[in-house]
Amino acid sequence: MEYLPNILFTLILIAGIGFFVRNIKKLSRNIKLGKAVDVSDNASQRWKNMAKIALGQTKMVVRPIAGLMHIIVYVGFIIINIEVLEIIIDGVLGTHRVFAPLGTLYDFLIGSFEILALLVIVAVVIFWIRRNIIKLQRFLKPEMEGWPKKDGNMILYIELVLMLLFLTMNAADFQLQQLDAAHYTKAGAFPISQMIAPLFDGMSISSLIGIERTAWWLHIVGILSFLNYLYYSKHLHILLAFPNTYYGKLKPQGAFNNVEAVTNEVKLMMDPLADPFAAPPEDAPEPEKFGASDVMDLNWVQLLNAYTCTECGRCTSECPANQTGKKLSPRKIMMDTRDRLEEVGKNMDANKGEFVPDGKQLLGDYISHEELWACTTCNACVQACPVSIDPLSIILEMRRFLVMEQSAAPMELNNMMSNIENNGAPWPYNQMDRLNWVNE
Amino acid sequence: MSEELKVKTMEAFMAEGAQPEILFWVGSAGSYDDRAKKISRAFVKILNKANVEFAVLGSEESCTGDVAKRAGNEFLFQMQAMMNIEVLNGYEVKRIVTCDPHSFNTLKNEYPSLGGNYDVVHHTQFIKELLDNGRLSVEGTFYKEKRITFHDPCYLGRANSVYDAPREVLKKTNATIVEMKRHKKTALCCGAGGAQMFKEPEKGDMDINVLRTKDALETNPDIIATGCPYCNTMMTDGIKAHEKEGSVTVLDVAELIANAEDL
Repeated sequence: MEYLPNILFTLILIAGIGFFVRNIKKLSRNIKLGKAVDVSDNASQRWKNMAKIALGQTKMVVRPIAGLMHIIVYVGFIIINIEVLEIIIDGVLGTHRVFAPLGTLYDFLIGSFEILALLVIVAVVIFWIRRNIIKLQRFLKPEMEGWPKKDGNMILYIELVLMLLFLTMNAADFQLQQLDAAHYTKAGAFPISQMIAPLFDGMSISSLIGIERTAWWLHIVGILSFLNYLYYSKHLHILLAFPNTYYGKLKPQGAFNNVEAVTNEVKLMMDPLADPFAAPPEDAPEPEKFGASDVMDLNWVQLLNAYTCTECGRCTSECPANQTGKKLSPRKIMMDTRDRLEEVGKNMDANKGEFVPDGKQLLGDYISHEELWACTTCNACVQACPVSIDPLSIILEMRRFLVMEQSAAPMELNNMMSNIENNGAPWPYNQMDRLNWVNE
Repeated sequence: MSEELKVKTMEAFMAEGAQPEILFWVGSAGSYDDRAKKISRAFVKILNKANVEFAVLGSEESCTGDVAKRAGNEFLFQMQAMMNIEVLNGYEVKRIVTCDPHSFNTLKNEYPSLGGNYDVVHHTQFIKELLDNGRLSVEGTFYKEKRITFHDPCYLGRANSVYDAPREVLKKTNATIVEMKRHKKTALCCGAGGAQMFKEPEKGDMDINVLRTKDALETNPDIIATGCPYCNTMMTDGIKAHEKEGSVTVLDVAELIANAEDL
């Protein structure tokens, strides 16, 4: 019976991590549904970008208030994980504060965790006020209705509760240390929980142990649950921001990729030796589909982008089309891509890993033509994203499908394009008149 | 408008067995659009004044395909690109200057993987080079009392990180340069990019150019300067929407320099 808590803890830990691994596998399978894309170039620049943008949060601080609050929560998250390590070791081995022999360093660590925990609480409360009281515009767009709004608040509640449990646990521990309770070695500094500790004045050792143990268990179970909440939440960004910034675009933002399948066709067309009536060879591969109408037509980095999006809406708030009341919202493009990808993933789960066509697709069922045609390709959304997501590349892929597979461009654009085809300019002027401006 | 511009075609250079210093890529707007043609002329005046040996392609130039690409017609884009590359490579063109940030971006970033490798500069960068080398100088106090605000074209600024060249050139006019609240990386688009120039906007509650012009008017400018023929059109229309055409003018950086020197 003595080892029951250790065994229980180990089982919970294994279950928590096991579920998480299962979710990560699903995530990786879904991302791999995307087309291959070569991102093996320039590794050193990519590491630098990851260090700067994800680790260093350089693009977060473009908006100073949100940026600063975010850095507090982010640093708090990373640093307090050292404490989680101690909790796990204690839980498995049945020890208490196993790192206590570190002495002053331990005091310093626990003290700074506490200060960070308080700062995180302050930041989380401010975040909540921004979302629910001040009602910042970017959190209220149509795509945020329902689950996305709940998800945003849920994350804040969980973080708040975890921090409060951590401080409660320390406060009770502090009291027990004062009372020389057995097993509770005198260790750690408690600058914040000391202030809560008076709430427990006069309690018996057994009640204090009850509080300390309850807070300890809820804290670690809460953390494991939060870990498993990630996959269902926009909060995945805490993990995916790192690979996403690594694989982010390195070329100038204005450089759009040239579609290789098109290059081959155009070269063939311009080759005077090519036989226009030649039948394709027997073993010729299926002609490639141009552009994207569903998630499988996008490349895997674009799908990774979709899972990384944390719905902060900086892209949408910088989008000229959105600012002038058009339907386009770059954030919605990313959310739709993720929702559709999840739908495809669930379809595969239900059909032994094979996708069974469901009569739906990203284009039309999620993203409308109207949204796609409202984009000015100005790159403001790409510039604004704190984790190197490129919504513009998805918009362009879908326009490519509309134009090259369906000839479904707006009429004015079709006129413009036939002008280019006929006389090499978007307007119907004679190419021979190109130099007339010199003498006008 | 009868002053003589010295403009030679690539073909003429070839016939003489000579190579120009640089090719001026005029672009479709610069060739056909009435407002943009004035920008082409102003830039050529500067080139002539600085004795730059430049050439144009004339009737051998064709649309870069930028607008087709952004509309989703990759096919048409690559056809245009490959035809242009054939011409450019045939003339062994090494360096290109253009007044259109869209051509600039496409020639610089999207032609290389199709076989067209050139050193491409925007005209504001080239003018800055001429000023830096002392080949051109701007003196006088033509704009001394004026306030100028610069609108960053997306395909020059965000797309290619060229923010300083146009501003440094503008400084030479001795005008007061005022920045809009959103400028450089956070500049708002004029509304013309991504093929929007050629279609009606989607339903909304405002046109983008009207919003962007509002940004500009908040700086209380006499002149809105820009470096893109499409931005120029959009901002000019925006000024009209705000009924400010009597007090504010929209000018290209090249025009400002050409006027300052009374070229």
